[in-house]
Amino acid sequence: MNIYGIRAIYYFEMARTMRTLMQSIVSPVLSTSLYFIVFGTAIGSRMGTIDGVGYGAFIIPGLVMLALLSQSISNASFGIFFPKFSGTIYEVLSAPVSPLEIVLGYVGAAATKSVVLGILILITARVFVDYSIEHPVWMMAFLILTSITFSLFGFIIGIWADDFQKLQVIPLMVITPLTFLGGAFYSISMLPEPWQTLTLFNPVVYLISGFRWAFYGVADVNIAVSLGMTMVFLLTCMAAIWWIFRTGYRIRT
Amino acid sequence: MSHIIKVSGLGKTYKSGFTALRDVNLDIQKGEIFALLGPNGAGKTTLISIICGISSPTSGQVTAHGFDIVKDYRLARSKIGLVPQELSTDAFESVWATVNFSRGLFGKAPNPEYIEQLLRQLSLWDKKNAQMRELSGGMKRRVMIAKALSHEPEILFLDEPTAGVDVELRRDMWEMVRGLREHGVTIILTTHYIEEAEEMADRIGVIRQGEILLVEEKQALMDKLGSKQLNLHLTSPLTEIPAALAEFNLQSELEGSFLRYSYDSRQNGDSVARLFRILSEQGIGIRDLNSSESSLEEIFVSLVHEETAK
Repeated sequence: MNIYGIRAIYYFEMARTMRTLMQSIVSPVLSTSLYFIVFGTAIGSRMGTIDGVGYGAFIIPGLVMLALLSQSISNASFGIFFPKFSGTIYEVLSAPVSPLEIVLGYVGAAATKSVVLGILILITARVFVDYSIEHPVWMMAFLILTSITFSLFGFIIGIWADDFQKLQVIPLMVITPLTFLGGAFYSISMLPEPWQTLTLFNPVVYLISGFRWAFYGVADVNIAVSLGMTMVFLLTCMAAIWWIFRTGYRIRT
Repeated sequence: MSHIIKVSGLGKTYKSGFTALRDVNLDIQKGEIFALLGPNGAGKTTLISIICGISSPTSGQVTAHGFDIVKDYRLARSKIGLVPQELSTDAFESVWATVNFSRGLFGKAPNPEYIEQLLRQLSLWDKKNAQMRELSGGMKRRVMIAKALSHEPEILFLDEPTAGVDVELRRDMWEMVRGLREHGVTIILTTHYIEEAEEMADRIGVIRQGEILLVEEKQALMDKLGSKQLNLHLTSPLTEIPAALAEFNLQSELEGSFLRYSYDSRQNGDSVARLFRILSEQGIGIRDLNSSESSLEEIFVSLVHEETAK
């Protein structure tokens, strides 16, 4: 295994984050904090509890998940898209690094950034809202697993995109609506039929539900199903990336 | 000399149906400077891209240092450095960071002393902390070379290395390339500048429409295909060229005081000696003389046109 190669890509990507600290870390933490202030403190204080959890605390897992999904996709997709756009991808393609090593470097860095971001958001949230974490190990497991899965998904988008618009279209037009409608701000049990059943087709429901269970021990769907769905999505992304490198799709002529 | 790169029956057809390479066979000898000449779209960059792993071949096989570029890609690629035609750089990275990145990517442990030596050799040491976007085109080109050499490759591909580079930097690069060859690095360069190939190459390959037209030692190619001119300044002008000199088809200029003899070096034989003998027999005195021969550019143009006409 080309450990130096993986390290080079990983540190290169992390250095890019450090150069763009305001955009990569500060901005998502700040924008998520605004949700805590508006929905958690201002509006939440006038709302009742959901499944026995105060509204301000209830929305924390969903908001962290919203930031995780969008930032994982954004970081990983830009990380591989930009070398394609600028032409510097030639160096990665001509280097003695395997597809697995390339993915470990790019996706590893993107997932690391997301995990750090998730932890920073949780720390910031504590300033505005009182919350507890019932299953901290599972919380970290979901945090890491989701970051890796959606960084892999972002990597695929970065390979697929051939312009900046395509880079943005999936996160903005698909992921954000799915997260908002996936129970970030409410329990899906509050929805009338048929929306309650239809919502179960939204994969983000399982991520938020599982993550919320790790915090408060309450979930919209069974925790095993949540974990299973996350794993299915992870394996699907890995299979897609394997296919991309096997065929050279949009990276190797 | 043994070959360090062996290209066998290489073909490349794109999805669009365009065939960029057709049954290319080529051996590159260890330690040589090989120049690949060809017009735009001839397949030079495609050939390099396949050998370096950027593009996949449709058919055929390539080995680098005895390693198959597909099956043993790690071993093959670790021996190869590439300076691409385009100045593709990470605008916000520093020179130091980007060169060290390249070394790591190729699986080499960090070696700050070697990178420092490399940057000094390429006159980049003063710019080591500068961001790539702050550098001139020539400086960026040097950084691309430093990146390609960062993992100490044994084979270096230079794709149009001096395109858009001023004369001084071009001369510097030629010196650097010669220096690398002295250290045992095999160099394959593509160029539009025939003088570059003429100046540096040991062997020359000509590619056109995806086919290798010929591969020759540079001097042999020039000897084989070059035409020569012998220019004679006479002591007294001639009113007309004597019949005894008719076979030489001489051109007379400057009211008979200058004669030009054009001949094919392939059929040189003893024609020059015979010309001098007849001039002497005719009592025609020579005040001065000089000779000139075809440049590689003229040879290349005639070769490509010849093949087009076929």
